[in-house]
Amino acid sequence: MQTTRLLKIAAVSASAMLLVAACGGSSGSSSSGASGSASEGAAAPETPGGAAFAGPVGEGEGQVNVLAWPGYVENGTTDPAVDWVSGFEKETGCKVNVKTFGTSDEAVKLVQGGGWDVVSASGDATLRLIYGDNVQPLNADLVPNYADVFEDLKLQSFNSVNGVPFGVPHGRGANLLMWNTDKVTTPLDSWAVTFDADSPYKGAVTAYDSPIFIADAAVYLMATQPELGITDPYALDKTQFDAAIALLEQQKELVGEYWSDYTKAIQAFNSGTTAVGTSWQVIANLAKAEGGKIEAVKAKEGATGWSDTWMITKDTPNINCAYKWVNHIVSPEANAAVAEWFGEAPANAKSCELTADKDHCATFHAGEADYWTDVYYWNTPTTACLDGRTDVQCIPYSEWGTAWSALRS
Amino acid sequence: MTTTTATHRGFWYRHPGLRLGGLLTAPMAWLVVVYLGSLAALFLTAFYQIDDFTGQVVKTFTLKNFTTLFTTSAYYESVFRTISIALLVTVLCLVIALPLAFFMARVAPRHWRPLMVALVLTPLWASYLVKVYAWRAMLQPESGVLAWFLNPLGLDGPGYGYLGIVITLTYLWLPYMILPIYAGLTRLPDSMLDASADLGAHSGRTFRSVVVPLIFPSVVAGSIFTFSLSLGDYITAQIVGGKVTMLGNVVQQTYVTNLPFAAAVATLPVVIIVLYLLAVRKSGALENV
Repeated sequence: MQTTRLLKIAAVSASAMLLVAACGGSSGSSSSGASGSASEGAAAPETPGGAAFAGPVGEGEGQVNVLAWPGYVENGTTDPAVDWVSGFEKETGCKVNVKTFGTSDEAVKLVQGGGWDVVSASGDATLRLIYGDNVQPLNADLVPNYADVFEDLKLQSFNSVNGVPFGVPHGRGANLLMWNTDKVTTPLDSWAVTFDADSPYKGAVTAYDSPIFIADAAVYLMATQPELGITDPYALDKTQFDAAIALLEQQKELVGEYWSDYTKAIQAFNSGTTAVGTSWQVIANLAKAEGGKIEAVKAKEGATGWSDTWMITKDTPNINCAYKWVNHIVSPEANAAVAEWFGEAPANAKSCELTADKDHCATFHAGEADYWTDVYYWNTPTTACLDGRTDVQCIPYSEWGTAWSALRS
Repeated sequence: MTTTTATHRGFWYRHPGLRLGGLLTAPMAWLVVVYLGSLAALFLTAFYQIDDFTGQVVKTFTLKNFTTLFTTSAYYESVFRTISIALLVTVLCLVIALPLAFFMARVAPRHWRPLMVALVLTPLWASYLVKVYAWRAMLQPESGVLAWFLNPLGLDGPGYGYLGIVITLTYLWLPYMILPIYAGLTRLPDSMLDASADLGAHSGRTFRSVVVPLIFPSVVAGSIFTFSLSLGDYITAQIVGGKVTMLGNVVQQTYVTNLPFAAAVATLPVVIIVLYLLAVRKSGALENV
């Protein structure tokens, strides 16, 4: 029939127009992609992100949209006594809309999707956000509490470019070896039971479900296979990378579940489905609060860890609330509260006097530089080796992602 | 007279083609722009690649994603595993749904039917996640209901893994299999069964030669639901699958770091479903629907 033919033609031409639109439409991402690939070979691309906010910080815009790791932005919903947000909201009039994520990959994708003002990014997300033109440099003069942050957290390779800071350090912690004391009767101090083929806990081991976990395998190899010559678990050449993947394939036989959702990890450890594996202090704290029989330590071979940075997204409309939030979360009171709740070392030196547990900073080694020498903060692997080697090429993060998904499939 | 009738009838009456076009604009726009358009964009992205450092998509044509997909054993094992899960779920749903639907349509008293249909539909009111987490608790190897039931018999519960995924998906999609078969069975004329008995057939022969061909289209309709829903599922695998992953999980894990590769993986279920539907059409199940 004439009508049907006309409709068919209309449908086909509409689809064709859509294809053309799809090709040309997202030219924004292709141009930044092109500039990224042009500078790919260079060791250090130009300082990105545009100019920092000149200030001064004025009246709040009424809201601030925050992307955070679980446990960083508590407003009383998890535990009524745990709240460092409501006070901020009343004082500044900036309503805090928070969304938590489970891995750095989720964080990067969420930030790139738009609509967020502030993000607490770990080192394996920060550089991607900086060079992806998603965040803006920090104007430290607008953050009075920045001055009190421990010096060895500022201007690190993962949160600054050419001496320009891109955010305010939040705190740092190590990925811990955690076990259920009902299943594991002797205290552990080594990753061996989570990696070695003859582990007695086959089928009850857990590991973090993110490509960055390859670095944990590399850390174990630093201790068990020193002949590989790994000095930085995020700077792995082909041989070292293949060895790490081989170790992870071996570990896969032992694993019962991989986790990225921290509530699932809590439940798995408490119910005994998981006997031992990688975890965070906040998971140990919450699991014990629910009555679980849990212990957690930093293993003797060292561990990966994180040093998070609060970053402000580029072109955010709520810039004043964003700066107010960043200054608040790093203030001595809030930083102390987060550090105790989450279980990490605070970034603000003055927080140590304000923690409810007076030994908190000592327990978490907040001011001790030597403790952190065998904690390898999450970082973004690049083709140019992060440990400075120029005779080999290292494996970039995109291939870490592909290798991890092949491992998990 | 003719001029009065001409002014009475409106513009839309005199242009039936435009009227049809106007009515169809909204659903066609949805179908073409939203649905087909996004599928086209997805298929296109599969031929791009990403810049290693920033992770942004670079629009240079390449077949690298597809070659990686077809040469890495982990990925095509994942494809086969996902297809096998989908097929197994379909078969299990069929085995459970047929007797249930037959009871509902043929055996139970007529006035029970609305109640039974309501009972079959009730699980659909609960959220997907609630049901899967409930199964997570039930499949727990030590404290779950299945373990409690099977351990005294000396058997181990299925635990988390392939079997856990199959059981959970079968439970989730069962209503979608029961209802089409029930509808098909209620439409079955009694006279057919009487005629078959009159000709001397036993109930088994009647079932095989009369009932099955008549409800075949309903069975196929139900199987399309269960097969396609299982093929794309990834949340169930994450919650009750232990370390077993399906094709959807590969997409979920890679779409952040490597969107073009994820797009390439995502086109596979589309191709599989198209092949499945072509097979369905060949079998003649869609003839008299």
